[in-house]
Amino acid sequence: MASVEMRNIVKKYGDGYPAVNDVSLDIADGEFMILVGPSGCGKSTLLRMVVGLEDITSGDMIIGGKRVNDLAPRERNLAMVFQNYALYPHLTVFENIAFPLRLQKVPDDEVRRRVNEAAEVLELKEHLERKPANLSGGQRQRVAMGRAIVRDAEVFLFDEPLSNLDAKLRGQMRTEIARLQRRLGITTIYVTHDQTEAMTLGDRVCVLRKGVVQQVASPRELYEQPANLFVAGFIGSPPMNFLPASVSGGRVRFPFGEFTLDERRAAAVGDRDLVLVGVRPEYFEDAKLVDDAKRDRGITFTARVDVTEWLGDAQFAYIPFEAPEEIVNQLRDLSRELDSDQLRTQAVVSIDASSRMREGHEAEFWMDTRKVHVFDPKTGENLTRDAEAGAELTRMAAEEREAQVAEARGAAAAAS
Amino acid sequence: MSTMSTREKTWWIIAGIAIVIYALFPIAWIVSLSLKAPADISNGQFLPTIFTWENYELILAGDAAELFLPALVNSFGICLIATALACILSMFAAYAIARLDFPGKKIILSTALAVAIFPVISIVTPLFNLWRQIGLYDTWPGLIIPYLSLTLPISIWTMSAFFREIPWEMEQAAQVDGATSWQAFRKVIVPLAAPGVFTTAIIAFFLAWNDFVYGISLTSTSAARPVPAALGLFSGASQFEDPTGAIAAAAVIVTIPVIILVLLFQRRIVAGLTNGAVKG
Amino acid sequence: MTTTTPPAAPEADTRTTGAHRTRNGASDRAKAERRLGWLLAGPAFAVMLLVTAYPILQAVWDSLFSYRLTDPANREFVGLGNYWVVLTDALWWQSFAVTALITIITVAVELVLGFALALVMLKALRGLRPILRAAILLPYAIITVVSAFAWQFAFDLTSGFVNSWFSWLPGISADTDWFGGFGSSLFVICLAEIWKTTPFISLLLLAGLAQVPDVLQEAAQVDGATWWQRLWRVTIPNMKAAIMVALLFRTLDAFRIFDSVFVMTAGANGTETVSFLAYRQTISRLEIGMGSAVSVLLFLSVVIIAFGFIKLFKVDLSQARGDK
Repeated sequence: MASVEMRNIVKKYGDGYPAVNDVSLDIADGEFMILVGPSGCGKSTLLRMVVGLEDITSGDMIIGGKRVNDLAPRERNLAMVFQNYALYPHLTVFENIAFPLRLQKVPDDEVRRRVNEAAEVLELKEHLERKPANLSGGQRQRVAMGRAIVRDAEVFLFDEPLSNLDAKLRGQMRTEIARLQRRLGITTIYVTHDQTEAMTLGDRVCVLRKGVVQQVASPRELYEQPANLFVAGFIGSPPMNFLPASVSGGRVRFPFGEFTLDERRAAAVGDRDLVLVGVRPEYFEDAKLVDDAKRDRGITFTARVDVTEWLGDAQFAYIPFEAPEEIVNQLRDLSRELDSDQLRTQAVVSIDASSRMREGHEAEFWMDTRKVHVFDPKTGENLTRDAEAGAELTRMAAEEREAQVAEARGAAAAAS
Repeated sequence: MSTMSTREKTWWIIAGIAIVIYALFPIAWIVSLSLKAPADISNGQFLPTIFTWENYELILAGDAAELFLPALVNSFGICLIATALACILSMFAAYAIARLDFPGKKIILSTALAVAIFPVISIVTPLFNLWRQIGLYDTWPGLIIPYLSLTLPISIWTMSAFFREIPWEMEQAAQVDGATSWQAFRKVIVPLAAPGVFTTAIIAFFLAWNDFVYGISLTSTSAARPVPAALGLFSGASQFEDPTGAIAAAAVIVTIPVIILVLLFQRRIVAGLTNGAVKG
Repeated sequence: MTTTTPPAAPEADTRTTGAHRTRNGASDRAKAERRLGWLLAGPAFAVMLLVTAYPILQAVWDSLFSYRLTDPANREFVGLGNYWVVLTDALWWQSFAVTALITIITVAVELVLGFALALVMLKALRGLRPILRAAILLPYAIITVVSAFAWQFAFDLTSGFVNSWFSWLPGISADTDWFGGFGSSLFVICLAEIWKTTPFISLLLLAGLAQVPDVLQEAAQVDGATWWQRLWRVTIPNMKAAIMVALLFRTLDAFRIFDSVFVMTAGANGTETVSFLAYRQTISRLEIGMGSAVSVLLFLSVVIIAFGFIKLFKVDLSQARGDK
């Protein structure tokens, strides 16, 4: 087990375009780090540079305190689960899992012991003699993980391991991976484009955009204190709403009315003609259903409901709003970059499932104004980000993880 | 592999150049030999001291022309007919194999395979006897028929492999789009199938063109003797002082069509060869 | 190996489960399809049988007679007598051994060399690939007789350049007669065969190589495999079918060697191969009976080799060829 440090990593291809640009990232021993971003953001390239399948143009890759830039993959002692598993079709499940051990010329009985152990953990015992072609998608996935866990690798690497599974199996395997990582306490880097996987699995998440790191933080911090428009729009489903507004003297005017920012945020924003206000869907509620105790923490407004979606446990309403053309264009671009087809000039609003709001009619909404963020539309920067509060969230997550790792190691020590 | 260093790249390029030299060297040698004057042949060098067309004149217009030119006509005629017949027969067979469901498909393909590995000599012995009896010895048909044992199996294999990859449902799609059956066949299937047929024809032609055993066994005069057989027997017939230059020139001439076909259709030929043999 | 399902298969499924089932399990349409299938494929099938099965049966029949073409009056049934004569004659075993030797040497060298060529072609830069492909196709496409002449002339005492080029090597001088002895003759014959047929093997192997997914290489790299280990443990096992097919075809082809021997030595210095022996018996000496016996024995050898391969190495040709 080892920590991974990346120092100013750059990857340039033949055409000079940097696929990964100046990425610095510290991954602690035993940490579960997620690399996330839309397709083409450089996350897979970065992972392949960690494992050594891709040359590093400049910068240092340090694993376990040792610079590995010039080491071949096999000298790095890392384990990787590929997107399509890369199982060897000519070998049985047993031999697939045993493959790395065979290469190290580990004695036969030791191989058998370790493969059986891994098979036990992954519930593959009864499939050991089968060929990969005869396995289901989930089983193949587990064999690939088996190959990774038999060999005491320094770091686990996952390259979109769940994207070839159907939705139900994906959820199942997600929890399995999480449990396994906690149990083994092994440093893990996991690449995905799926923000749900990112949020549920990671101790920390690194959001990449066009090869540049946008923010590295615990899932909670990303959600509560996003660094910029991109992160705010990427994390969360349905995504955060961005509404055009103007601010003067801490007073925000936006399509649904006016409200006042608290002192800290007012000072941070100052007076601006055009900003984007970021409001998560769940900050809204049907005004009829809001507790009186909560009501004065926000504002109420009326708006016409375009469409409602009732899902049983939740309900979404769509409210169109007007925006200046430059904002419309910018939101469209952002949408495209996030691989989302969301129409950005309507707000998505999460309301209680029991609400009887009707489509095409006016309705009264309540909006929690305490957690609203204000973004600079030109730079995309989050003007109201509370770095301290965010850091606190990540610190808490780190403590939690350390406790878990210690527990796992304690249990392992007790068992042996 | 994405991690290929410049040094590694250089090595692969050098290896590639080595392959080109490997492939071209003997050909270059025979060309060079064909351009040597008789006195130059034994100079012990790769290149001639003076270049001369003498040998080509000898076989195209000189004393050897009466041996070489008919052989060239025979070779072209017999090989083209044998190839065409094989292609027509295997077109129907391959269509049936790729398209229809009938028992015996496997038998046909296995037979083709068995025929392809058949020792030609074992066929030639009885044919030699039979052809003499029924008057096919030393005639064009007397070679065309056994040539089918060379061209037909490979044609069936290669064409079936090509035809299997044709999206036949396109024909129905075209009919839905308003084409008559004939139009659908003519405008959709023929253009899709044509490259496969064409490639098969080239490969079959190579095989026929390469024949030697039938050529020397089943002919006795220039009435039907193809070029490889004529070449092989040149050295035996001591009509010339030293046949080396003439043989080299003739060898170059019969190699030209092969080189042209290879240069023009190399990609297709490779696809046809490997499709038929590895993939099916 | 990809297995391409014939497009007709799904239709066939729905048809057999359809309502139009007669007692023997085939619907009228299926029957019509069967008939059409044989109608279309039949002629090719018949011609193939005609040009091979008929001659070989005729050869078997002829081999049972003592029969000389110049002396038809004394044609006499001798049963297996010709086979007895052939199999007890050292000449047959000598030519059989030479053929086997040539086969083993050429196929072994070609396999290694062909694999190397395939690797180079796989790694070659995109711009270089068509050049390599065209170059490598030339030896394959060239007439065997022409290639044999080229190599013969190169090593020949008078017309050759090899002696003067390689005179610095011990044992080679201006008057080294390559076609004067058994070993050196065989060397040149093998060289010519290897040059001409390696490209075919390498193309088959290249097709096999191309079917091994890159990601397996990467996975093995991460799993800690060296270049050699990747080659032996991942690449080669995954292209076994292609290797076996190439090996089988080349072995059978090499065993039938005739053209090069005819041109280069005409069987001198003990370089006579089985095919050449059969040719000499029949066409030169007009011993139809004896020649037929040799032909049949050659045919049987080829069949045994083919079956040996299929049984011993479990070469599943139908699978390798994607014929379900």
